[in-house]
Amino acid sequence: MQTAIKTESLTKTFGEFTAVNAITFEVKEGEIFGFLGANGAGKTTAIKMLIGLSRPTSGEAKVAGFDVYKEAELIKQNIGYMSQKFSLYEDLTVYQNIRFYGGIYGLKRKQIKEKSAQIIETLGLTEQAHKVVGSLPQGWKQRLAFAISGVHDPKIIFMDEPTGGVDPATRRQFWEMIYQTANNGTTIFVTTHYMDEAEYCNRISIMVDGRIDAMGTPRDLKTQFEAESMDEVFVKLVRGK
Amino acid sequence: MASIQVDQISKSFGNVQAVNAVSFAVEKGELFGLIGPDGAGKTTLFKMLTSLLIPDSGEAWVEGYHTVKDFKKIRRIIGYMPGKFSLYQDLTVAENLDFFATIFGTTIQENYHLIEDIYVQIEPFRKRRAGKLSGGMKQKLALCCALIHEPKVLFLDEPTTGVDAVSRAEFWEMLGRLKEKGITILVSTPYMDEATLCERIALIQGGNILQIDTPDHITSNYGKPLYAVRSDEFYRLLNELRDQAFALRVEPFGEYLHLTTNDAVSEQDVRDFLQANAHQNIELKPVPASVEDVFLDLM
Repeated sequence: MQTAIKTESLTKTFGEFTAVNAITFEVKEGEIFGFLGANGAGKTTAIKMLIGLSRPTSGEAKVAGFDVYKEAELIKQNIGYMSQKFSLYEDLTVYQNIRFYGGIYGLKRKQIKEKSAQIIETLGLTEQAHKVVGSLPQGWKQRLAFAISGVHDPKIIFMDEPTGGVDPATRRQFWEMIYQTANNGTTIFVTTHYMDEAEYCNRISIMVDGRIDAMGTPRDLKTQFEAESMDEVFVKLVRGK
Repeated sequence: MASIQVDQISKSFGNVQAVNAVSFAVEKGELFGLIGPDGAGKTTLFKMLTSLLIPDSGEAWVEGYHTVKDFKKIRRIIGYMPGKFSLYQDLTVAENLDFFATIFGTTIQENYHLIEDIYVQIEPFRKRRAGKLSGGMKQKLALCCALIHEPKVLFLDEPTTGVDAVSRAEFWEMLGRLKEKGITILVSTPYMDEATLCERIALIQGGNILQIDTPDHITSNYGKPLYAVRSDEFYRLLNELRDQAFALRVEPFGEYLHLTTNDAVSEQDVRDFLQANAHQNIELKPVPASVEDVFLDLM
């Protein structure tokens, strides 16, 4: 199995303050990896380094096979990003949104046409293809946003709280889509506050004060911390420091 | 008399029916939860109960006061923590609290006993501007500001959304202590796992209440065999189980699938099926239903 993300003592300091303190971890291709931590633990800083937006102070990291120091632009081309707030353009139609993002990622006209047809068919949006996105139910918008985050066939998709606040049925439809995508070899990197969302990941890391203090499958972590749920694991870890 | 009495209340915006003929009652000193996703109608309901929106039809009373006719009285006896952080970002922690105490004609000293165990946690930051606080701190300050005039009823609209798990746990501990002081608490949340921390809950979706009861009653009345199941090939397992006639419902629940079957199959039948399909490292166990299982079933 190939490695999608590999870091070695990755560190970022701002003046005297160490936001990310020598984190080392590896994510496999096709894995759904949950990247957790309390508010202010350093998650956002770590992710910015991984997606090529912030240069590390020290340490190593390779994302999708590219070096975060020398190949930041190549990283950006090979990853997708979706956040809870990541908005599709509500005033553009489903088709126009796909075309827009396809264009941003430099897809050729023919590729965009094929991708649009594929996304619209997979999501069952044929009748809505020429309706504005603002008129779609939230669950559909979210699945469309996810599909569009993969319009350029990225190796890794980064997601920020992908299913916060949605109803339980929509949330599951969405996770099934994530499972399917991961099953086809795309790596999924999820950050979230929602511990019940974390339980859907194959493996999880938890950051406390800039360090990764725990890592493993949800099941391993629950055993290790003698906890019933990930919520309990998190509380024990963060409070116990 | 109930502390909050809601009778067939409705509100629509254009052609969206946000709240549809909702009725329920909350007893004095009860911790009552409105559990439902974004868009369920929770916030609209809160705004009507706090006298900020006038219902299209139906009526509601808080501590015996009518939400439309007696709106001024209601505003003096309730504490309201809106879902969106609504304190003054440019005022410090202490200034915000002082402001809310003053407009209610009281002082921080007079009601300090109510907020003490919450306020001590944010006191080290009392000179910091509210806009610069972390999510958990903002939430604690907002709760202090909602409590400072000693309200009889607290309305908390999604107080734990966007807050990390540790702060959430602390917040619920605080609510438990406030309840002991006799304050009625109506709290909303999209987190199904928080439902069990309330005395009674209403499950709400699309403007309609699906069920009202204690969390225990709601989950124990699920009424169908439910299993947690997993194997090494999770996605294949999901698709194969979905195709079976005995599977009434198959839903991902974290690292397990929740499988609801009809009464005609036994645990052994399910196990045989999994083995016949060459699944590796099979785990299969009966589990009690959670609030989320019930919610999915009612939707």
